[in-house]
Amino acid sequence: MRIMVAIKRVIDYAVKIRVKPDKSGVETSNVKMSMNPFCEIALEEALRIKEAGRASEVVAVSVGPAQCVDTLRTGLAMGADRAIHVEFPGTLYPLSIAKILKALVDAEKPGLLLLGKQAIDDDCNQTGQMIAGLLKWPQGTFASKVVLDEENKVATVDREVDGGLETLCLDLPAVITTDLRLNQPRYATLPNIMKAKSKVIKKLTPQDLNVEIRSDLEVVQVTEPPKRKAGVILSSVDELIDKLKNEARVL
Amino acid sequence: MANLLAAYSLLRRSSRKLFDSRPDLNFSASIRSVNSGLTYNFTQKCDLSRQDVCYRDQIVSKHNCFLRSSGSGVLTFFPRGEGSGFPIHYRNLASMASTPARNKSFSMVNSDDISYFKKILGEKGVVQEEEKLDDANTDWMRKYKGSSKLMLQPRSTHEVSQILHYCNTRCLAVVPQGGNTGLVGGSVPVFDEVIVSLSFMNNVLSFDKVNGILVCEAGCILENLISFLDNEGFIMPLDLGAKGSCQIGGNVSTNAGGLRLIRYGSLHGSVLGLEAVLANGTVLDMLGTLRKDNTGYDLKHLFIGSEGSLGIVTKVSILTPPKLSSVNLAFLACKDYISCQKLLSAAKTKLGEILSAFEFLDINAMDLVLKHLDGLRDPLPSSKHKFYTLIETTGSTESHDKEKLEAFLLQSIESGLLTDGVLAQDINQASAFWRIREGVPEALMKAGAVYKYDLSLPPEKMYDLVEEMRGRLGAEANVVAYGHLGDGNLHLNISTRQYDDSVLTKIEPFVYEWTSKHRGSISAEHGLGLMKANKIHYSKTAETVQLMAAIKKLLDPNGILNPYKVLPTSVLPQSGEEEPKTEA
Repeated sequence: MRIMVAIKRVIDYAVKIRVKPDKSGVETSNVKMSMNPFCEIALEEALRIKEAGRASEVVAVSVGPAQCVDTLRTGLAMGADRAIHVEFPGTLYPLSIAKILKALVDAEKPGLLLLGKQAIDDDCNQTGQMIAGLLKWPQGTFASKVVLDEENKVATVDREVDGGLETLCLDLPAVITTDLRLNQPRYATLPNIMKAKSKVIKKLTPQDLNVEIRSDLEVVQVTEPPKRKAGVILSSVDELIDKLKNEARVL
Repeated sequence: MANLLAAYSLLRRSSRKLFDSRPDLNFSASIRSVNSGLTYNFTQKCDLSRQDVCYRDQIVSKHNCFLRSSGSGVLTFFPRGEGSGFPIHYRNLASMASTPARNKSFSMVNSDDISYFKKILGEKGVVQEEEKLDDANTDWMRKYKGSSKLMLQPRSTHEVSQILHYCNTRCLAVVPQGGNTGLVGGSVPVFDEVIVSLSFMNNVLSFDKVNGILVCEAGCILENLISFLDNEGFIMPLDLGAKGSCQIGGNVSTNAGGLRLIRYGSLHGSVLGLEAVLANGTVLDMLGTLRKDNTGYDLKHLFIGSEGSLGIVTKVSILTPPKLSSVNLAFLACKDYISCQKLLSAAKTKLGEILSAFEFLDINAMDLVLKHLDGLRDPLPSSKHKFYTLIETTGSTESHDKEKLEAFLLQSIESGLLTDGVLAQDINQASAFWRIREGVPEALMKAGAVYKYDLSLPPEKMYDLVEEMRGRLGAEANVVAYGHLGDGNLHLNISTRQYDDSVLTKIEPFVYEWTSKHRGSISAEHGLGLMKANKIHYSKTAETVQLMAAIKKLLDPNGILNPYKVLPTSVLPQSGEEEPKTEA
C-alpha cells in the first residue's frame, strides 16, 4: 500500500508573528519557515506504518511557492520515499488544495491519505474534510491513535472529542487527519539528510493537474489583537470601589 | 514592555524562591507563548525560558553550598535547594574562601552623612527601608549577605561623583551595584558598605544606526537594550541568562561573557568607550565612539572586568552587530574528545563567518539530563556516544547557511569526525537541543550534591583534567563535563550523593593547582568577587598581582571601592598600616 502525506510550509511555530503595515496579511519575508507541526505528525505516522511493514511507500506532497521544496526535503530527510511539489506562487485556500490533492490521489492511487488536522498559520481545519468529500472516502479527523488492519482493509482511528475518546472504523482507502498527541516526530539525522539528497521531487503545476485555482473568499483585513492596557495602582479602597462602580460598572 | 518586565520580575522572584524552599525547577514551563487558541503542547521554549535556564546555570553553579563563617577555621555549609538538604561541617581548607575582618579604618555612616546625601540626592535617592536594603544586601543565590544600612540611587554622573568625593573624604566604604546578579559575591556589601545603585541611570543616550554604536547609561537593563536594538535591527554583542535583571554597567565592570562570545568576542573588544568616576569623585570621560584611537594608554580596559574596584562605570559606548535572521543548529555525536577538537577547528575553517556557538557535553552529562529532566529525549537514540557537541550558525541567508552547514556536517561524518548527528528543522527542535545543553546544571542539582568549577583551559588539555579527576575519585563521584568548547571554557562538575569532606579534599586544591599548572584560569566568566579574591594567585603571578595592587592604590588610595574583593587583602594596604606584605 502507498501512503500519501500532504505537508504545508508555514511560518515557524516559535516565530513572533508581525502583521504587515497595510494589513493585507502577515509578514513572511525574512521570517523562518518550517513544516507545519501537525503535518510533521502526519508524516511521522506514515513512516511508522511503513516501518511496521504495513505500507510500501510514503509520498510527501506539498502545494505552494518554490520554497516548498525545502519543506519537502525535510520530509524526505525524515524518511519519505519521494515527493511531489505542485508549484503555485499565489494565495491558496483549502478548497483549491483539496482539488489539487484529489487530482494527485487520482494519479498516485494511495491506500491512505494523511494530513495534519490544521495548519498553524490560517487555522482553517478544512482541507482534510474537503478532500474526503471530493474523493467520497471515509474520514477520521483529529486522530490520536491509528491502527491499520490490512487484511480487512480497515483503519481504526481514535479521535479526541470533548467527552473523551471516540473510536471509528474506516474502510480503506481513507483520509486521516492527525492531532497533537498521535506521536512525537523524529529528527532528521545526518545520514538521512544525505540519503534525501538523491531522492526525487517531482514538479507539477495546477494546470498539469487540470485544476483551476480560484476562490470565493477574499481576505479583507488582517489585524493584531488589541493590546492589553496597562494596569493602574490605586491609593485607597474607596478609589477602587469608585472605579468598580463607575468605570468597570461591575458593582 | 510592561508585560515583559512583569514576567522578568516574576522570574526573578521565582528564582529567589528556589532557595527558600524546595526548588520548582519547572517554573519556566509556565512562561510560554500561547499560540492561536490551540492547546499546543510542544516542548516549545521561548527565549525567556531559555534565558531562564541559563540563569539557572549560573545560580545553580553556586548554590550547592551556603558558606557561613563560624568562628576561626571552621566553615559551615548549608546546602539548600534539595528538599532534605545535607547539613555538613567542613574544615576550612586552604583553598576555601574565608570572610576577612572588617577594615577598621572605614567610618560608620552617621546622621550627618544621611542628611548630606539627602541634600544632594533628594529623599528618593536615599534608601534606608529595611526591606529594600535586604534585597540589595543579599546576592542572587542568597549565599552572601551584607549588613549595609544605606543605599544611594544617583541619577547622574555628577551625583555619583559627589557621592564618591564625600565617601572618600569621610572614608566610607562603597559597593557599586547594578542588577546584583553576580555569582561570586562581588555586588553585595561584605559588612556595612554604602551601596551605590546605578538603577536610576537607565537612559539610552544615542544610537548611531550607520555604525551600530550605542551610548547609554550604566543602569540600563541588558534586556531593555536588546529590545531597543531589536527595533533598530541590531543586537547586543553579549547575551546571557541574567539579561532580564543585569545592567550594562555591571556587565562591563565584570566583563561578562555569555552566549555570543565565540562570535563577537569579549567586552574588551566591543566596548568602544566609557565614563567612570574614580574614588575621589574625579570623572574620567573616555566615552569615545571611535573604532580606532591609539592615543596613549587605553585606560578604559582597567574598568572592564575590575569589578568596580577601581571606579564606578557610569556610561558606556558599545559597538553592536546587525541582527541576522538565519539561525541553524546541529546536535552531533563524536566518539572521542580528539574528534570534538578536530571538529571545532574544522568548523572554524569551514563555517568561519557563520559559526555562532560551539558547545559540548560528555556522556555523563547527557545521561544525567535524560534521567532527571522531563520532556527531553535523546536526539540520537540509536546508540550511545561518548561526546556530544552543538554547533550553531547565524547568518544572513537561510538557504546559503543551511547548505554550508549541511555540506560541512556531511563531510565530517564521511571523514569520521562525527559518528552521528541531527540537524534542527525548525526552531522548536533547536530549542529542544539547546535545552539538553542548558539543562545540565538543573539535572546536576536534582542528582544530589555537586561541586562546581568554572575553568578556562587550553581546549586540547581540557578533558585531561576531567579524566584525571575521574581517576582520583573513582566510584565515589560522577564527574560531569560540559561547557563552551569554542571559548575554552570548561564547566567541571562533580556530582555526589551528598557533600563529603573526603571527596572535597580530593578535589581541592588539586583542581586549582592543575588549572594553574596548565596556565588556565580559575574563573573563566564569573570573576573573583569575594569568593575567589584570595585565589587569584592560582591564575596570576605575584608580580602581576602586585602591579594590580599598585594600580588599585593609585586610583583608590583609601581602598573605599568594593573592598575585600578581587584582590587578596594581604596585598592591599589598610589605612594606618605600613606597606602591605608582599609575599604571594
